[in-house]
Amino acid sequence: MKKILIFYIFLISQFVTLNLYAGSDGTLEIKNKTKESTSEVKDCFETVNRGIFAFNQGLDKIFFKPVAKGYRYLPKPIRSGTSNALNNLSNVVTVPNNILQGQIKKAGINALRFSINSTLGIAGIFDVASYYGLNKLEKEDYGQTLGTWGIKEGCYFVLPVLGPSTMRDTFGSIANFSGGDAWYNVTVGNNTNYFENSDYYYSRLTAGVDFRAKNLEAFDSLEKNSIDLYASVRSLYIQDRKRKILNLDETTETMNDDDWEEIDTQ
Amino acid sequence: MLKNKLLSLIFFYLLFTISTHAKEPSELINEIVNEASKILSSSDPVESKIIKLNDIAEKSVDIDGIGMYTLGKYRKNLNEDQKIKYKKLFRSYFLKSFSSRLVDYSNPKINVISEKKISEKYTIVKTVLEETSKNPRIEIDWRIYTKNLKRPLIRDLIVEGLSLARTQKEEFKSIMQNNNNDINFLFKSFEEFLIK
Repeated sequence: MKKILIFYIFLISQFVTLNLYAGSDGTLEIKNKTKESTSEVKDCFETVNRGIFAFNQGLDKIFFKPVAKGYRYLPKPIRSGTSNALNNLSNVVTVPNNILQGQIKKAGINALRFSINSTLGIAGIFDVASYYGLNKLEKEDYGQTLGTWGIKEGCYFVLPVLGPSTMRDTFGSIANFSGGDAWYNVTVGNNTNYFENSDYYYSRLTAGVDFRAKNLEAFDSLEKNSIDLYASVRSLYIQDRKRKILNLDETTETMNDDDWEEIDTQ
Repeated sequence: MLKNKLLSLIFFYLLFTISTHAKEPSELINEIVNEASKILSSSDPVESKIIKLNDIAEKSVDIDGIGMYTLGKYRKNLNEDQKIKYKKLFRSYFLKSFSSRLVDYSNPKINVISEKKISEKYTIVKTVLEETSKNPRIEIDWRIYTKNLKRPLIRDLIVEGLSLARTQKEEFKSIMQNNNNDINFLFKSFEEFLIK
């Protein structure tokens, strides 16, 4: 029973690691003018994916959503502190990925933020680093790093519990459990006297609930207003990953504008 | 007589000045945000709020343009009757979806941050939906169609980098692909959504 529980917590943790929504369809074509030419993301197992997506939706209804709603009742300082601590912990994956992507300055800032917040900020509960002018930067993961190295997405698919992913993102997340995540290494990977295995799983589960709680209304609205929710979620996932890989602030540059240019109504 | 002529001249001059006044895209966003805010924070019944919100959308959003964009390559295969039916259904679908997304907010605070002209026809207006006890701070970019400077129109909302128009386009594409590219299945999906 305990093993099953741990397995599920592990899976849920990936929900956050991969920053997922859930879902997909046929073939997505997203062109980028700045760094890549046309790229296609194929939904190789759409029928199966839709089935898993429906399962994930059910699981969300009976577990994640009610827990996230309950989490919302906690006082704001507790929620903010939890969110800060989890964000601080994510730096142990972001910093090596900053380095792998050649973002040395960002790696320095994130490392400094981690040091300050882990100590003065009491395990990251308080974002003291921002007070000293070291503002929070975008998170990075191994899937994003593979993307910046030019590795294509591969097939799009939906994982049970975890939600949408691509071959590349799945390989990226495997790196976390092969020494790429220092938090995993000191809790589950190695037998230290300071942390338990459960510390890792609880932190990932909490991150999942925190993410879901922040997006309760957004998810409800998406569900209510979609005529093919699976396709909407897939599109959002692909757009989000594309933008993160390109590290673009200029959101409009991530999209191909040809269609817009063609449409003339004035 | 001269007085009347002079008054008419002033009247037509003013009318001309107003009608030729080019509206800045950020001005458009400020106007509709303020208008929507008033409606949403009022004590009107939900039905009345929806009607008023739909009026704003009819005036400031290029619904036909969005409809054609979201249909993607399939718009080229439609005959005239199908085009008319699509436009009609899409308009109803869009308005229902638009008001239903907004009506959940009681008093949204959106601040215009900046605007950037990205081409002859488009300007992006950057705004921020301020954090509330329920929602985090959200960045919203508005794609404004500015071909006719006197009447700029909204064509897309990009929420935290995710384009709503593109998402809708992928959604429609999926429905078409899974139904032998038959537009009637898309019509059916619209109809089902509208009676929901």
